[in-house]
Formats: sequence, structure tokens, C-alpha cells
Amino acid sequence: MTEYHRARALPWVRGLIGVAAFLLIAEVLSVTGVINRSALPPISTVLGQAVLLLGNAQFLGDLAATVEAWMAGLAITVAVGVPAGLVLGSVPGVRSATRAVVEFLRPIPPVALIPLVALVVGPGLRMNLTLVVYAAIWPVLFNTIYGLDDVDPVAKDTLRAFGFGRSDVIRRVCLPAAAPFIATGIRVASSIALIVSIATGILTGRIDGNGIGAFISDANTAGSINPALAAALWAGILGLALNALLLWAERRVLPWHHAYLEESEAAQ
Amino acid sequence: MNLATAKTTRWLGRWLVLAAGTLAWQVWADWRHSAFFPPPSAIGAQMYHLWFSGPASYLSLTPSATGNILPSLARVAAGLGIAVAVGAPLGIAIGRSAAVSGYLDPLLHFGRSIPAVALVTVFIVLFKLGDQMEVAYIAFGTIWPILVNTIDGARTVDPLQVETARVFRLSAGQRLTKLIVPATMPKFFAGLRISLSLSLVLMVVAELTGSTDGIGYLINNASNSYEMTEVWAGIVLLGILGYGLNAALLGVEHHVLAWHRGARRLTN
Repeated sequence: MTEYHRARALPWVRGLIGVAAFLLIAEVLSVTGVINRSALPPISTVLGQAVLLLGNAQFLGDLAATVEAWMAGLAITVAVGVPAGLVLGSVPGVRSATRAVVEFLRPIPPVALIPLVALVVGPGLRMNLTLVVYAAIWPVLFNTIYGLDDVDPVAKDTLRAFGFGRSDVIRRVCLPAAAPFIATGIRVASSIALIVSIATGILTGRIDGNGIGAFISDANTAGSINPALAAALWAGILGLALNALLLWAERRVLPWHHAYLEESEAAQ
Repeated sequence: MNLATAKTTRWLGRWLVLAAGTLAWQVWADWRHSAFFPPPSAIGAQMYHLWFSGPASYLSLTPSATGNILPSLARVAAGLGIAVAVGAPLGIAIGRSAAVSGYLDPLLHFGRSIPAVALVTVFIVLFKLGDQMEVAYIAFGTIWPILVNTIDGARTVDPLQVETARVFRLSAGQRLTKLIVPATMPKFFAGLRISLSLSLVLMVVAELTGSTDGIGYLINNASNSYEMTEVWAGIVLLGILGYGLNAALLGVEHHVLAWHRGARRLTN
């Protein structure tokens, strides 16, 4: 192994050792009774259950339903959030005028809206999606606005000087320049969307449609903590996988951005 | 003078839009008599009646306010306090040691991606229902953003400054208090702000799932008896609290990070 390979492999080795040590300690604490086994089953049991869930048709259906809700929720979020951000970011009057409204709406926890949305929108997937979009739209909105702040004014003025109209300036300069910011906002929104979708399911059961949350809620009602924890484990894995997917897509769509980033990192 | 006038106009404009929106809602609600969207005047009257019409000796807080709002706030404060007390030192330790962060990185990323909502039943079994469980739950859920951001901040302290401190023979303790902790502060505050809004979410989740008091409990109770005005009163209260807490944190941050804005020449 060359020095270079060793340096690259080191984090992996350390990471694996860390995970193994964690599993071992958790198992020992549970077997020796330091942690109450009826509250938190041994980690080996949870991991075994997680593998078993892959053969469980109900769970696989719920997993697919969660991915669907995530996709639909994120699509609506982007379709609403980016244009709204473009308007708020490029028209100064609108932005400062709506700021108080936004600052007041944003801190309201989406889960606190569950009772209201359940009554107003009614049961089913649209209830889940309403809450998801409400929670996930803020990072998309704010990152679009911040992205527009960061656009090179000379580039905008140049286009204007050549007689391009407002929409052309937005399409040719502002959007591409703000794209990396928007992409980051979408990635943050993605993890919020997933968590809120699952949280709503856990708190309302199958009222808001199927999903991992409803699966966990069923397990909680039945008092079986093992499947609930195993499903939570899969929810974490799903979150990591979706984040990796979006990162990959970001690199594909904005290759110039990451190339630029790596170059500047190398220069440091 | 001119600047001050412009600032006042902006401030006025911002609140005018909020006021106009509230007024439009009022007119619309009075006209439609919607069961789901009570007029703001009714919500305000309900809030006054429920919480702020008590005796002067209690700062006009009613028993419902002292019995629900104050416990909720105390839980948030205690949970966040524990998360900061554990997360900030741990984050600096992990961030300053390549070995430790190598061992713990995969675990941290995975722990962060498991939705805390999925674990609420585990906390109920481990800690039994009550304040202890809610505080532990809020602390567990809010520690991740603080931890991850502090690690990032501690890891990216300018190496040149660290070398300079070594050259000037600053002891390890001096390097920590005079260089590393201040340099980590901006990132730490960024994490704390995420944790603050998260803490309200977790507080509501804990109170919706199993509690006999608190703002979440009030909202849940009101929605079970279809008292829409009370549901709205709870939601508006959460919005106001979130706005206030965020503003307070921004004030502290502004004060603590005054040197940072100066160094980076940031305005505002």
C-alpha cells in the first residue's frame, strides 16, 4: 500500500472500528442489564429485526409509500418555493414587506399544525403533503433569496446594457448563479420532508396515508418496540440514501460548481 | 438621519403588511363565518381569556398559562441547556482530533439521520411519562445540529492561527480559550439556532404523545373537542414564542459575535 492509499483508507478503517465498538458496547450494556431490556432491546435483536423487515410485504409497501410522499412533497416544495424565492429575492419591496409574516410563520412547528390540517384538509396523503410542504419550503425559499443576493451585479448590468429584459436576466444570469444555493436548500428541504412525513405518520397512524411512520405507529400501538426501532433504523438509512442521491444529482446538474469548489479547496 | 428614516420606513412597511394581512383575514372570516378559520379578533380574545386575564399578582397570567406555557418553556430551556452543555465541549473535542472524528463520523451521521420522532416511545419507556422524559427527549433531539456544527467549526479553525499560537508558546489551555473556542462560536451559533426551532418541534411531539400539561397538550385537547379557536390560539402562541426565542437568540449572538462581524466586515 502506498502512502496515498493508506491516507485514503484510514478514515474508512477508523469509521468501521467506531461502528463496531459502538455496537459492542451497546450489546454489552444491554446483555448485562445496565439498559432496561424491555425499553431498549439489544442492538443485535434490532439489527436482526431490520433485516427481517426486508421480507415483510407490509413494511416494503410502507417504505415505498414514504418514498412517494417524499418525492411528491419535495416536487411541490420546489415548484412553489423557487418561484416564490425568485419574486421575494428580486423585488426588494415585496421582500421587506413579507418579512414579518414569514418570520412569524416559520417558527410554528409543523407537528403543531397536525390537528388543524387534519380538520381543514381532511385525511389522506394530501394531509401529509400539506404538512411536508409547509415544513420544507423555508430552506428552499431562503436559499433562493440568498442565492439571488450573491449574483454578480456586473453580470446583470452587462446583460441589461445589451438590452436583455428582466426575465432574460433572471433566466440567463440569476438562476444559474443562484443554482448552487438552491440545490443546497433542496437538500436541506429533502431531509425535512422525509422527517415530517414520517413524524406525521407516527403521530396520526394511517389517517394520513401509508408510510414508515404509520408502520411505526402500528408497532407502537401493538406495544412491540422491536419492529418500531428497526423501522426507525431504516428511516435513518433512507435519509442517508436520499441525501446521497441528491448530492449525486447536484454534481451531475451543476458540474461546473463542484469542479470550481474542488479547485479552490486544492488551492488552500 | 437619512439612513434612520429609511430604516423606520422599512420597519413600518413590514409590520403594515402583517397588519393588513390580519385585517384581510378578519374581514374574510367575518363574512364567511368559516368554522376552520376563526377571525383573528376571536383568536386574540380567546388567547387573552385563556392565558392573560389572571390576577395582577401573577403578572395577569391565568392558572392555565402558569400550568401549561411555563412548563413547556422550562422543558425547552432544560433540554437545550443539556444539549449545549454536552454537545459544545464534545464537538470541540471531536473537531480538534482527526482520530476521534474518524472513529465517530459514521456514527454521528447515522445518529443524526434517525428521526427523533420515531424514538419518542423508547424515551417514554426509558424515563416514564413526565418532565424527565420530555427534557431527555428534547436534549437528545437537539444535540445533533449543535454537535455537527461545533465539530465543523472546531475542525476549520485557521491552521495558520493555530501555528502562530504555538510559536508564541500559548499553552494548550490558552489556545483553547483564546483561539479555538472563539473561532468555533459562529458555527456553534448556527447550530444552536437550528436546535432552537427543533426544540419547539420536539416539545410539541412529546406533549402530543404523552403529557398532562403543556402547549402541545392544550392544542391536542382543543382539537379533540373541535374547539377551533383554541387550536388557533395555541398555534399563534407557538408562533409568537418561536419568534421571541429566535429574536432573543439573535440578540445574544449579535452581542457575543460582535468581534466576528468586525473581522469579516459584515454589516448588520
